[in-house]
Amino acid sequence: MSVPAGHGASVRIETCGKTFADGTRALEPATLDIARGETLVLLGPSGCGKTTMLRIIAGLELPDAGGRVLFDDNDMTSVPIERRNVGMVFQSYALFPNMSVADNIGYGLKIRGMARQERAARVAELVALTNISGLENRRVDQLSGGQRQRVALARAVAIRPGILLLDEPLTALDAALRDRLRGELNRLLRSLGITTIYVTHDQSEAMELGDRIVVMQKGTIAQIGTPREIYFKPKNRFVAEFIGAANIIEAPVENGDLVLPGGRQPIGGEASQTTAVAMIRPETIRIVEEGAAPLSGTIDSVSFVGDRQRMLVSGASDKVLTVDAPNTVKAQAGERIGLLIAAEVVRLLPPENRG
Amino acid sequence: MPHRYFVWLCLLPLAVLTVAFFLLPMARLVVTGAEGPQGLAGYLAILVEPRYRATLINTVLLAAATTVVTLVVATVAGMFLQRHRFPGRAVLIAMLTFPLAFPGVVVGFLIILLAGRQGLIGDLSNRMFGEKLVFAYSIFGLFLGYLYFSIPRVILTIMAAVQKLDVGLEEAARSLGAGPWAVQRDVVLPALGPAFVASGAIAFATAMGAFGTAFTLATNIDVLPMLIYTEFTLAANFATSAALSVGLGIIAWAILALARSFSGSTVAAAG
Ligand SMILES: Nc1ncnc2c1ncn2[C@@H]1O[C@H](COP(=O)(O)OP(=O)(O)OP(=O)(O)O)[C@@H](O)[C@H]1O
Ligand SMILES: [Mg+2]
Repeated sequence: MSVPAGHGASVRIETCGKTFADGTRALEPATLDIARGETLVLLGPSGCGKTTMLRIIAGLELPDAGGRVLFDDNDMTSVPIERRNVGMVFQSYALFPNMSVADNIGYGLKIRGMARQERAARVAELVALTNISGLENRRVDQLSGGQRQRVALARAVAIRPGILLLDEPLTALDAALRDRLRGELNRLLRSLGITTIYVTHDQSEAMELGDRIVVMQKGTIAQIGTPREIYFKPKNRFVAEFIGAANIIEAPVENGDLVLPGGRQPIGGEASQTTAVAMIRPETIRIVEEGAAPLSGTIDSVSFVGDRQRMLVSGASDKVLTVDAPNTVKAQAGERIGLLIAAEVVRLLPPENRG
Repeated sequence: MPHRYFVWLCLLPLAVLTVAFFLLPMARLVVTGAEGPQGLAGYLAILVEPRYRATLINTVLLAAATTVVTLVVATVAGMFLQRHRFPGRAVLIAMLTFPLAFPGVVVGFLIILLAGRQGLIGDLSNRMFGEKLVFAYSIFGLFLGYLYFSIPRVILTIMAAVQKLDVGLEEAARSLGAGPWAVQRDVVLPALGPAFVASGAIAFATAMGAFGTAFTLATNIDVLPMLIYTEFTLAANFATSAALSVGLGIIAWAILALARSFSGSTVAAAG
């Protein structure tokens, strides 16, 4: 039995807000469409409402009045989780301690009344799919963290859910294992074609797994877009700084150039602007000889991190600029250098309204 | 190895205590039990003598019924009290656990007030049906008294265990399609297993040995502690009462051990 590609459901969240009983406003009313088979990542700092959003989709929380959750255009808002056919992987895995690995994976099938033999076959299929052969009869407390994660995933997928919901499934693992499982998970999700909603606060995880990313900030959606859009065209300062490293420069504009202490930097904005908030990614800045670029500064420090070197440059802007240079560039602290920045890589952000 | 010596030194008070207050009296009790006219056979009397045997069966059945009903009532109530917040919750918990400090005699007294000859229930039934309902002195009155006695203790244990339940497990089961009953059966009850064994054991042992309530209520029925009391004080039959005491201890212990090994597999798996 093979899983047909794209058996997922589409999801629509309509003006779903959440105010908890104690008055905490965890989520401002948000609307979101998730296509059939898409992997959507909810990304944001701790406490921004990611889990709340996921639990509303799952049916573990009811949205505030006026909010609706639709699967394939059917209103599911008041349908309890046990009848939504969603697979869920919890951060703590929540494996049943009184059941073996195989019984955990087969639990949803047993509840659905699947015959013993058919169930065993499906469990075997998932054991193979998630690389946990040989562990079927273990108790859950005899598994490593990575193995538990796989069992949790196998259990959630076993029931052929229309939607797979994962709440920081890799956060509890160490870095090396996390990287490996991330790749595995990515392949698995692609091959299953289930609509997937994945919560994380790790931006590289979000980039690798997401077809689209929803960046959340304090209960609101800050931006929705593909990983590239989010990275190269952040809509505001919060998104720019949360996703990767970013230099944010506020400066006056003259004739389409930013006027900076270390020179003038062309930007692609409208000529009528008088001031601008600009974002420049560290790896888009090239270190050249002083004078070979309109902008110059002094290297404060160089840290070699293997695949690249990170430099802090002062004097160019009123704030210290972060530059990621290739590891072959030879430069030392104290040296004066030119900074070559193409106008296209300068992203203009809306003016600040700090709050 | 000074560390080893230190540990032994710490064990000394325990050893003294065990010998002085536990082993010596127990040994004396066991010896006394065999000093009757029948000798060692006196120990078999609890099983052989029809009156003793009936009393034993009575006591075990009563204790078992008390344990089962207590566990059911306390689990339902404890789960609800731990999981829900409502006005008056604190007062209700205080009221339910209030009888904790009552001695058995007071519990017996309460049952008489409720279902005795001048009791509330008798009054009520007299007015409604013209017949006085009196059951304080029957086995049912005793059963009610034992419930009253053990429910507060068990509720507290269950509430503590429910608090430690991982809500994530229940949510996981629901996400896999389990309805409320299946969640209870597959997740909640197995996780509460150890608490059931621990609090059930206490409820059972307490009911087997309860004296105060029995002394107040058991005028028509025999339970083991009452039997021991009568043999000891009224008949001055030391050997028999000692043999009965040892028998009571062993039988209670054996039943608990059985229950533990029976539930052992599920408890170990839940650990
Ligand atoms: N049951 C609850 N009652 C009251 N407030 C809650 C409840 N659950 C969550 N909150 C609050 O709602 C806000 C959003 O919580 P949520 O768990 O959705 O954040 P999150 O983005 O998942 O964070 P994290 O990355 O730390 O898991 C937080 O301020 C949190 O304290
Ligand atoms: Mg969370």
